[in-house]
Amino acid sequence: MSTPNPQSDARPDDGTPGGHRRRFRRPAGGTPAAAARARRRSKQRRRVVNVAGLMLGLVLTGTLYSVFSPAYASDEGAPSASSAEAAGRELYERSCITCHGENLEGVPNRGPSLIGVGEAAVYFQVHTGRMPLVRQEAQAADKPAVFSDEEIDQLMAYVQANGGGPTLPSGDLRTGDLAEGGELFRLNCSSCHNFVGEGGALSSGKRAPSLEDANDLEIYTAMLTGPENMPVFGDNQLTPAEKRSIITYVQTIKEQADPGGAGVGRIGPVAEGVVIWVVGMAVLLFGVFWMGSKA
Amino acid sequence: MARTATAPGVPTTPLGKAALEIDDRLIVAGPLRRTLNKVFPDHWSFLLGEIALYSFVILLLSGTYLTFFFDASMREVVYEGSYAPLRGVEMSAAYESTLGLSFDVRGGLFVRQLHHWAALLFVASIVVHLLRIFFTGAFRRPRETNWLIGVALLVLAILEGFAGYSMPDDLLSGTGLRIASAIMLSIPVVGTWVHWAVFNGDYVGEYIVGRLYIAHVLLVPAIMLGLIAVHLLVLVKQKHTQFPGPGRTEHNVVGNRLFPTFAGKATGLFFIVFGVCAALGGLVQINPVWLWGPYNPAQVSSASQPDWYVMFLDGSTRLFPAWDINLPGNYTIPALFWPTVVIAGIIFTVLALYPIIERKLTRDTASHHLLQRPRDVPVRTSLGVMAITFYVVLLLSGGNDVIADKFDISLNAMTWIGRIGVVILPPIAYVLTYRICLGLEKHDREVLEHGIETGVIRRLPHGEFIEVHQPLGPVDEHGHGELAYGGAPVPKKMNQVGGARRAIRGFFRPIEEPAQVEIEQRREAHGLAAAEGDRELTTSGRPSDGGRPQEPRD
Repeated sequence: MSTPNPQSDARPDDGTPGGHRRRFRRPAGGTPAAAARARRRSKQRRRVVNVAGLMLGLVLTGTLYSVFSPAYASDEGAPSASSAEAAGRELYERSCITCHGENLEGVPNRGPSLIGVGEAAVYFQVHTGRMPLVRQEAQAADKPAVFSDEEIDQLMAYVQANGGGPTLPSGDLRTGDLAEGGELFRLNCSSCHNFVGEGGALSSGKRAPSLEDANDLEIYTAMLTGPENMPVFGDNQLTPAEKRSIITYVQTIKEQADPGGAGVGRIGPVAEGVVIWVVGMAVLLFGVFWMGSKA
Repeated sequence: MARTATAPGVPTTPLGKAALEIDDRLIVAGPLRRTLNKVFPDHWSFLLGEIALYSFVILLLSGTYLTFFFDASMREVVYEGSYAPLRGVEMSAAYESTLGLSFDVRGGLFVRQLHHWAALLFVASIVVHLLRIFFTGAFRRPRETNWLIGVALLVLAILEGFAGYSMPDDLLSGTGLRIASAIMLSIPVVGTWVHWAVFNGDYVGEYIVGRLYIAHVLLVPAIMLGLIAVHLLVLVKQKHTQFPGPGRTEHNVVGNRLFPTFAGKATGLFFIVFGVCAALGGLVQINPVWLWGPYNPAQVSSASQPDWYVMFLDGSTRLFPAWDINLPGNYTIPALFWPTVVIAGIIFTVLALYPIIERKLTRDTASHHLLQRPRDVPVRTSLGVMAITFYVVLLLSGGNDVIADKFDISLNAMTWIGRIGVVILPPIAYVLTYRICLGLEKHDREVLEHGIETGVIRRLPHGEFIEVHQPLGPVDEHGHGELAYGGAPVPKKMNQVGGARRAIRGFFRPIEEPAQVEIEQRREAHGLAAAEGDRELTTSGRPSDGGRPQEPRD
């Protein structure tokens, strides 16, 4: 900053930050020999501490790594996994750290700890666009995902590596029994998400979202991790097979055409009441006016 | 034989002869002639009740078809029909037969939907008809009986609709039935007995669908049919009311005879109503029970609402605070009792007794056959609007979770909007309506007194500008109109008193040539246009006073 400035070179004690830096580097007082000795001593001490710290860090990391992920130790894909994890860390520190803390421990009144939430929670929250959060409010709104699928994988790897937790299921999620899925959905889900997953209001601005745009994996991870106000449906409450049945039912119903005509939101009597007054009664009143004018 | 082929009036056509044979035996010609000559007023608002009548006919026809396939039984069956997502699910025979009606019976889904839409329309048109009767004072003596019958029909229509809504035993209707059961139980002292009488035991039991069914297809419709017959007979006996106007008095009815004009109109309206119901039934899905699933008391869905005509009670329940009254001795009056039994009781009692209440308050015990314009009875009109506001707040609150969800409003906020709104909006509506009525009344009087604003501004010699007014009738020495207000609409535009050519006929598009009308108007010398040809032009190119409206002398 001030290096090209001849004035500050001439006067080292001019009080500018640049001047201070140079003063420490080139002490003004004391004999040159004492100064050299002191410099040498401190340099040596620093070097020893640095090396010891580095060694300790490396040993610790290696030990922890071998303790927590023994599978990776002999795995050929280990370097790529850890690089995904590193990339995930980078993404995390860019977008999540403010609320979830430096070490995923959470920040009071801002965001919960992510230790143990697992990749399933990361997938649901980030893939539905709920995270990163726009602002603190009753409930995170879903929006187009901020991260690409690849970046989501990296975040998942990072969070999974720090505390583990529920993982993503594999294979086709629509392999369950359709009718059983319907029964389970009506029993476990419809009280908030409505008969057909149209969603519904909860208290104080919270709501159970519509399942209209939800993909199979999002529904599965939501059940597994219980985001927002949703309860967790762990594998003891709903077995993986039952979860797959529910997904089969939800997705089948969504794709199914309405045999009776326009579905009017599949929301039942409220929409039907609007239709009978705004369409039915309005058309008839118009008809009656018309007849009146024919008198 | 007194009758010969040459006697006057003896029919010669085969049809006429047949009619004569019938009349010889039954003597119906006289009454039939009187009936066919009955005069119907031609104002559009007199057709609102007919919409209800025709929806009822549609309901009887479509409902009869549905009974062929519906099995009103709570027998447990396993569904094996053509709707895949429910195959293998245990359900009642009632629900299974409703699914069968929807998917496996030819035309079944269409008729089911037509029936349901017609039911919603039936109650809606009763309400609109009731509002017309209320706001025009048609319920006044001697028509209080018909008002009472009408209110009874409205209550029966709501009950009938609720029974029909509950019969398919799907998850939505079962939830509604559970609420109905809770309402019965909430009645102090007799609640449990009423519930046991209706359900033959605890909820839900095996009897309720069968009982609802017989009530829905026989008992209530039969009572309604009887009441509708009485309603119409009383109407014929007492004759129609009519709006005041030229030639209309308390002792006549101006309009069209039943045959042929009104019969034509009524038939046309019937087909319009049928067309609307059929179009809705074919194009818009209603009550898709296959999506709701079979009823299971362990399950309940969010956004479970009754049909619109019961929704106001759902709304009052949502708004009412949870005030359980705990009495000594382990007795409780649940909070549910007040917003359902009490509020519904008050609403319908006040509605039924309104003619008597108004008669007591106004001490008007005379017979009335001429209707009132709503503005001329500001208190009644304001009370009516106040009641509508109260009702609409309850109605909207019945769907407040759906509104909250779709419009991103907090459900708690919706509840409080409803709670505050139901208390303060009706009085506001009363005051606003009252002011509007007075304003409209005053404007009528002003036009009668000073004439219609012509839009012509005249500058007097001393520089003053005045607007030229067209008096509606003879004026006194001050130029003020001498016509009294007759309870009929007052013309307020020059066009309405022949200031321009008459309007070109045609509702959707003109059905006559404008040029032709102009020629005809000139020949008949009507309106301003008639004098157009022989009007002097001033030097500025503007017409002189010829044909101009007369200005007031003062």
